[in-house]
Amino acid sequence: MTDHHGEFDSVSGRSTTGHEWDGIKELNTPLPRWWVITFYLTIVWAIGYWIVYPAWPLISNNTTGLFGYSSRADVAVELANLEKIRGDKMAALGAAPLAEIEKDPALLALARAKGKTVFGDNCAPCHGSGGAGAKGYPNLNDDDWLWGGTLDQIMQTIQYGARSGHAKAHEGQMLAFGKDGVLKSDEIVTVANYVRSLSGLSTRKGYDAAKGEKIFAENCVACHGDGGKGNPEMGAPNLTDKIWLYGSDEASLIETISLGRAGVMPAWEGRLDPATIKAMAVYVHSLGGGK
Amino acid sequence: MNKTVNPNELTSDDDNGPLYVAQKKVYPQSISGTFRRIKWGLMAFCLGVYYFLPFVRWNRGLGAPSQAVLIDLPNSRFYFFFIELWPQEVYYFTGLLIVAAVALFLMNSVGGRIWCGYLCPQTVWTDLFYAVERFVEGDRRERMKKDQSSGLTPRRVGEIALKHAIWLMIAWWTGGAWVLYFNDAPTLVKELLTFQAPVIAYIWIGILTATTYLLAGFMREQVCTYMCPWPRIQAALTDEWALNVTYRYDRGEKRTSVKKAIELRALGQQVGDCVDCYQCVAVCPTGIDIRNGPQLECIQCGLCIDACDNVMTKIGRPKRLIGYDNDINIHRRQEGKAPVYKIVRARTVVYSAIIAAVGGFMIYTLATRSLLDVNVLHDRNPVAVKLSDGSIRNAYTVRLLNKSGYDRVIAIDANGPVNATVHVVGADSVTPDRPMIVIPRDTTSELRLLVTAPAESNPEKSIPVRFHVTDIGLGEVATATDNFVAP
Repeated sequence: MTDHHGEFDSVSGRSTTGHEWDGIKELNTPLPRWWVITFYLTIVWAIGYWIVYPAWPLISNNTTGLFGYSSRADVAVELANLEKIRGDKMAALGAAPLAEIEKDPALLALARAKGKTVFGDNCAPCHGSGGAGAKGYPNLNDDDWLWGGTLDQIMQTIQYGARSGHAKAHEGQMLAFGKDGVLKSDEIVTVANYVRSLSGLSTRKGYDAAKGEKIFAENCVACHGDGGKGNPEMGAPNLTDKIWLYGSDEASLIETISLGRAGVMPAWEGRLDPATIKAMAVYVHSLGGGK
Repeated sequence: MNKTVNPNELTSDDDNGPLYVAQKKVYPQSISGTFRRIKWGLMAFCLGVYYFLPFVRWNRGLGAPSQAVLIDLPNSRFYFFFIELWPQEVYYFTGLLIVAAVALFLMNSVGGRIWCGYLCPQTVWTDLFYAVERFVEGDRRERMKKDQSSGLTPRRVGEIALKHAIWLMIAWWTGGAWVLYFNDAPTLVKELLTFQAPVIAYIWIGILTATTYLLAGFMREQVCTYMCPWPRIQAALTDEWALNVTYRYDRGEKRTSVKKAIELRALGQQVGDCVDCYQCVAVCPTGIDIRNGPQLECIQCGLCIDACDNVMTKIGRPKRLIGYDNDINIHRRQEGKAPVYKIVRARTVVYSAIIAAVGGFMIYTLATRSLLDVNVLHDRNPVAVKLSDGSIRNAYTVRLLNKSGYDRVIAIDANGPVNATVHVVGADSVTPDRPMIVIPRDTTSELRLLVTAPAESNPEKSIPVRFHVTDIGLGEVATATDNFVAP
């Protein structure tokens, strides 16, 4: 073992640690004493933490600390505070007439912010996060509404739903004309082509337009109205526009006419509070298609 | 600090001397002279700015804060006289920090640790605390004597109490001034005095009182020597031309007494000017001997220059045996050549250029920045909507920023698909196709904007849309670009 202690550096007049790199020796420079004291103080401080805050895991729980602090309780307090802050604003929203909300920038911003969050939590699974919809689930951004697109109508649909089982829910359904034996298969093909012609889509070669019109008048007009303009009272879609919930090709239409359609929208009354439903109505209306 | 350990004093083979050393208390002696005057002046200026700036008023109109310098955290605004910055303009602070860092480098390459010696808060407050100590307890010798004598007379206890009371008052005022930058100063002062200020204000005052008291009253030079990174960095940034506080050993050695020097000079012998009076050591706030050459501990405050100049004047020798100098000139003098001072060199030119470039760019952007701004975000889901008549609609989230001190009336135009209509949800319109919005001063508003292209226009897959936001009253315009997408 080499001698590694107590060497004396004549230039600086100080001892070295004996450590040497390429002929350069390290001077022994002691740390300041307060440094080591501070180090021990931090250890003492840490012990204080163990006592004051929850620290040690036990078998089924943990030490709770002197003041019973818990971050979960903190969150509860913060949430309660938030509710208090938002409470007044939501109350104002709840009190405002539905038609006035979009005219007040502050209320509109609140309704849209609230609506967006609630929509994401409750509506997005069917309608998509931006309300783009999917086959069978209406796109809420367009201007075609099964049950009407005014603020009041949208709110009513959200409140009670469609075919939801709620007493005030929208009722009415597309009958299964094929399955129930009302129309024969060739009649279904004919009327499907007739329906396509209503919105200017191409028709099958050799299709009998007069026959199609006759079948339509006898079976469909009751709900879809003369000329197929639809009826929001019954949720009967407008067949003359460019928007098709279940597809506009012949096969999809034959399927719709044969088997019927009866999509369900749940009722949100009771699950969301009235002010939130109001915010939802404004949000959906403001997506762009509202009337 | 650099405790000398003689190997002969070590007791065993494993003994390398002490691992820790006690802080050696420094008793700087009072001094007068050029650099002391500069330091007093800068101290008065720096502390004056720090303590009184929050009380300076600046009229920004009704409803806006009237404090010249204010960091308004709840509303996320920073006010500096005529400038008001929003959180998204934080890059101005980045620029400021770059300028500050390079200015530090520049100072360093011109005159050494100017920052450390004259401007650093640690130096300024320590200097102030030393002044208090001197005022209460007397100068170096008296303080040393008082500390050595163990007897605590009532008078001595009174002195100590008075010193700490004054220190604490200064420390408290320091913390108090700090919180005034975050609130309306006169209001907060009133609240503080009547104990109605928010708890957080008292907590911050407490924290800064403690740090000031501890760092300036007790830690002092320990902060510079052990805690601060700058001495290490600056050692790597300096060069041979930088002027540092230097003992001119060419003139000073060999040291001898005044009497002996006169005798030897009479005999025509070479004698140094240094008379080993230790005045430079006595005044040093970090307790070092500058005659040992450049040292990590030296903050280059220049007080040893004053001390030495006073002695040189008394013994009738030329001043500046210690002065701002470098090794190059010491060697030139030894060779009988005139000293050379080279301030303009690549290093200083580059630093100055960086400061000028960054500073200039900041001033330019600040002067030309728009107080009206618009950001547009295209809806992602759905990207495009087909309406019942076959027309195509795209929806955008538009954020308007009104950074000015007055409400604006804004009209929005969108240049994109042919014959497209523009609508903002909940907004009135100037004409049917030109939505009009009011944005209150100093706010942002988020709007939902719909662009609808008629079915006949049969838009392409993607068309650029340019949004023009015009302040109807002032004609100011802000623009943003996005795309119109067809399904």
